[in-house]
Amino acid sequence: MELVFALVIGALTSSGVYLLLRARTFPVVVGLTLISYGVNLFLFSSGRLTTGGQPILGSTESYSDPLPQALVLTAIVIGFAMTAFVVVLSLRNLADNEDDHVDGRQGERPEKPEQKSEEERSQ
Amino acid sequence: MNHWLIAPILIPLLGGVLQAFMGYAPISLRRTLALGTTVLLLVSTIVLLVMANDGSYRLYAFGNWQPPFGIVLVLDRLAAMMLVMTAVLALFAHLFSIGGADEGNRQFHGLFLFQLMGLNIAFMTGDLFNLFVAFEVLLIASYGLLMHGGGTARTVPGLHYVVLNLVGSAVFLISVGMIYSVTGTLNMADLAIRVLLLSGEELELVKAGGMMLLVVFALKAALLPLSFWLPRAYARATAPVAALFAVMTKVGIYAILRVYLLIFGDDAGALANLGMDWLFPLALITLIMGVVGALGAQSLKTLVAWQVIISVGTLLAPIALGSEEAISAALFYLLSTTWTVAGLFLVAELVASQRGSALDKIVTAPRMRHRTLISVLFLIGAVAAAGLPPLSGFFGKLLILNSVTSGPEMAWLWSVLIIGSFFTIIAYSRAGSIVFWRTVDGHIEEPKPLGGNLRAATGALVGLSLVIVAFAGPINEYTNATAAQLQNRAAYLEILQIPMVGEEN
Repeated sequence: MELVFALVIGALTSSGVYLLLRARTFPVVVGLTLISYGVNLFLFSSGRLTTGGQPILGSTESYSDPLPQALVLTAIVIGFAMTAFVVVLSLRNLADNEDDHVDGRQGERPEKPEQKSEEERSQ
Repeated sequence: MNHWLIAPILIPLLGGVLQAFMGYAPISLRRTLALGTTVLLLVSTIVLLVMANDGSYRLYAFGNWQPPFGIVLVLDRLAAMMLVMTAVLALFAHLFSIGGADEGNRQFHGLFLFQLMGLNIAFMTGDLFNLFVAFEVLLIASYGLLMHGGGTARTVPGLHYVVLNLVGSAVFLISVGMIYSVTGTLNMADLAIRVLLLSGEELELVKAGGMMLLVVFALKAALLPLSFWLPRAYARATAPVAALFAVMTKVGIYAILRVYLLIFGDDAGALANLGMDWLFPLALITLIMGVVGALGAQSLKTLVAWQVIISVGTLLAPIALGSEEAISAALFYLLSTTWTVAGLFLVAELVASQRGSALDKIVTAPRMRHRTLISVLFLIGAVAAAGLPPLSGFFGKLLILNSVTSGPEMAWLWSVLIIGSFFTIIAYSRAGSIVFWRTVDGHIEEPKPLGGNLRAATGALVGLSLVIVAFAGPINEYTNATAAQLQNRAAYLEILQIPMVGEEN
């Protein structure tokens, strides 16, 4: 189970990072979503992977840690709100610049400093 | 347990909720209530500052859950100082926004207050995951504030800012998960105890987690490889928002101070001073890059935005060295630079409002209205920011220079800081002389009125630099005591023993 879990997290995160480095806002949003899935699964695993465990003392042989579940729940809610905001912002970018490039309109006003911030996103 | 600790969080929360429900109320009523909330917040933070000045730690445990099991708020000198600094800045930025910047968006005041709430949670929390939540609260409010104002200029910088911070949040969560998976706790005091008990693979996991945490804080603080988003975003934000954002990079610096001195401090065994050898050179390069950016700035607001980066470099270099004197000096400079930079953003907005279509661009233009007042304000702000005597920036930089002991670090810090300050002076004098002195014949059409609010807020924020000089002695005593308190890890750990309500007898 650990191997499958780790592979899933790795696949989600690496595809997320790949999409994040694309130049259009839609892949960036999808990439952010995939990364947040990967992160949520990772957080979940920080309480160790057990099956059939319960978080209540005295009820079972193997306990599961309830805290990561609470953390994941918080992270999901926050991630969801933030993704919604990014979608709205991307639509606004599309409407304002008539282009869904992450640096706004291309060609008409090439702005050099923006090239750098694209590399930043991988951090 | 001390219930006053929650006041700086509850006051903006209630004020913000009130604003959210009265978006259609008359604007004068909304303004009065919003400003009242900020004043109340300032009063509460001053009360907390007086309380914290006795040097003890105060605790508020949510739901009366004993730490490390529940989330706690912790008040010490550092937290109190950050709270007061933010509240003072917020009051004047808020006053400035009432001069007209708050029109056009019904939720401006609500977002402003929620941003303050997020900042205050971040300054007071004693829990790593709660710090993440605080960051998210202040970030989502800041996304809204950054986009505030008409036009399309803010969309692209706003998008960059949001996406970058979302990635930062993901990294924060990963590092929290790594640290929790090994230590089984997220309470900072408990973490500081647990990291001493680690060995082998567990140690490496926490080390990786700690370094990733440093990346997140460096992104918030705009340390060099992670700072390219800042100038464009800040330069295009509405003036009072940019002024409030002057404190946003300081949240990152605060988090580095809090987490790295407490959990990865000098006596953290194998994890002692984690990442600090990276921080020092990066801080110096950040400083250099800020100066280069300031020299090349095309507009006053961009110039001030680069000043934010300069101050980040200047602050993190002594913090990375980590001695008590260095931290005290950094805290003194933190106070000075935050208010000065915020004041300069407001001055730049005044310039932009009085120059017609030239706005705040560093170009020759017809003579602006109210030139005497604005140029004096700019002069005070620039002198304080560049670090010339007799204003507060000079004392801050002098304390920083004085705090390093001789060695290669001293040579690097002295040369970079002094040469950097020299070129900062050149950047400001170039901008100032072009904007204020080299005027061409012409007439400015329809200059915007310069209201009393705008004058009072800008004058007060810039004038705080004089106030810091007047009270330099007491402030320096306070920062010395703060640095001493930060270095004494054992005292912080005692918050775990503070009895809960109902246990006192």
